[in-house]
Amino acid sequence: MARLELDALSKRYGDFHAVREVSLDVADGEFLVLLGPSGCGKTTTLRMIAGFVTPSGGAIRIGGGDVTALPPWKRNSGLVFQSYALFPHLTVAQNVAFGLEMRKLRRDEIAARVAEALRLVRLGHLSERLPRQLSGGQQQRVALARALAIRPDVLLLDEPLSNLDAKLREEVRVEIRELQRQLGLTTVMVTHDQEEALTVADRLVVMSEGEVRQIGTQRDLYERPADRFVAGFVGRSTFLEGSVDGAGRFVTSGGLGLRCAPGARPGRAVMALRPERMALGAAPLGLENDLPGTVEFVSYLGAALDLRVRLSDTDRVTVQLANRQDGKVPEVGERVHVGWSADAGRIFPPDDAAAA
Amino acid sequence: MGVAVDTRRLGRWALNGVAGLAMAYLLTPLVSITWLAFWSQEIPTFPPEGYTLAWFAEALAQPKFVGGFLVSLQVGVAATLIGLALGVPAALAIARRGFPGRGAVNQFLLMPLVVPGIVLGTAIYVFQVEAEIATEWPIMGSIPGLVAGHVLIVIPWVVRLIAASLAGFDRSIEEAALNLGAGPWTAFFRVTLPAIRPGIVAGGLFGFVTSFGNLEMTLFLIAPGMTTLPIAILQYLEWRLDPTIAAASVMQISFIAVAMLVTDRFVKLARVV
Repeated sequence: MARLELDALSKRYGDFHAVREVSLDVADGEFLVLLGPSGCGKTTTLRMIAGFVTPSGGAIRIGGGDVTALPPWKRNSGLVFQSYALFPHLTVAQNVAFGLEMRKLRRDEIAARVAEALRLVRLGHLSERLPRQLSGGQQQRVALARALAIRPDVLLLDEPLSNLDAKLREEVRVEIRELQRQLGLTTVMVTHDQEEALTVADRLVVMSEGEVRQIGTQRDLYERPADRFVAGFVGRSTFLEGSVDGAGRFVTSGGLGLRCAPGARPGRAVMALRPERMALGAAPLGLENDLPGTVEFVSYLGAALDLRVRLSDTDRVTVQLANRQDGKVPEVGERVHVGWSADAGRIFPPDDAAAA
Repeated sequence: MGVAVDTRRLGRWALNGVAGLAMAYLLTPLVSITWLAFWSQEIPTFPPEGYTLAWFAEALAQPKFVGGFLVSLQVGVAATLIGLALGVPAALAIARRGFPGRGAVNQFLLMPLVVPGIVLGTAIYVFQVEAEIATEWPIMGSIPGLVAGHVLIVIPWVVRLIAASLAGFDRSIEEAALNLGAGPWTAFFRVTLPAIRPGIVAGGLFGFVTSFGNLEMTLFLIAPGMTTLPIAILQYLEWRLDPTIAAASVMQISFIAVAMLVTDRFVKLARVV
């Protein structure tokens, strides 16, 4: 296992910047997740680390050694593909042995390491099957065993769970995480699924349009999102358009005067609100922001309720309530009070300012 | 409700009927030639007077049939092997590489299927005459000359069927091999080639059958005194019409059928073609 460093890594296709100066430092044994919507450059970044895409600029170092110019077969990275990419004509054991044969290991050592890798993913009993005789989840674990058997310096996971059904996905991701910890694997995983990212990662990298938007732990991203994109992509937010007018004051485009944390620059801005940080009641709530509104829409989610509340003609917020046994469910059209503390609303520059 | 069921049943009968007719149409020549091969009278007239195996012995006793079979076999195998050596890289390039004129090259490689055999034969004949005059090499009527012509009609099958199996090939399988430490050549021979093997086998088989049964083009390229099985059959027919010809044909059909059945045991042809 080894430390992985990306230094201002870039990829251009003509005028299109797929990846723009991405710098990352993945510690030995760390599980890093690249998270972002499709087309954000996360997969291109992963493929550059594996050596399948040649960078336009920057450097990749594994264990301190520069591998930027090395072909894929000399990098000692273990990649698990989204499609699993098992060799269809080889048995499970032969699939896992492939990388070891390429390394010209002794026959008895290969057998021992294949058995060990298959034991780790609990598939020892299926070693003589062909891939097409296995379920999706089993194929996925064979792909993982094949990548682990070569004892890679870095383990790379390209949306490894996206082809599994929801229940299996939860099981396998816990399994991957436990294996990763147990073996101390330096791991980079790519996903667009924030729940998946949040459950497995030590640290997350949020990417958008080829750039890193924020790097941090789950708590960093959720509590202190760097910009409007991260606030909307990690967890949920509703946004109020408006402007900061004086210290700690925010006026929405609908004319509502709100309190916010001091320190935001005056001028046009958006306020991001977490639905689960909002309070709702029939009477005023005694919070710094406390506004009457009308329930417009109710989604019953089981464990929780989502309510869309209209505060003015142009201002709407989403409030999430825990679904308690004794609680009464507000109805559409009901007059309610919505409240939140001044520091629950985070202020960001408007989109066009961020883009400039 | 009853009406709907009846209509559906009627539709199914109609479909089965049409399929049955098509099947019968395809099988009639095969069945009649096989039947004819066992008739005992020399001039085939209906109804048969009795049955015999004598015509098979007669066919095997004809040196031209046996010699022709061997030449056809030799030419077919050589043309197929050369066709594969050229067709596999061609199919890879067409399926994998984006180069200008790719569509045109693809169509061009399929051309020999479209051009009538007589035209193809004439063209190659004229070319070989000119080539022999220019180089003074003995091209005309040689086995290599004949094989060269047959390679041309093998290539479309090979390219077409291998390109088809490459189209369904997940390239990340190759990348997985590279990621696990295999160089490009090792990845090709250990992963890509086995994966497209059905296409290679099917392409080779169809190419071979095409070459083995080719008459029109071969007529132009064959040396005087040499003969392939189709030509031997044609020449025999010019003088006589007895069930020997049917017996020879049945043996040829059986030979190809066995080749297909054996191939199908290793590679499911229905999956590729």
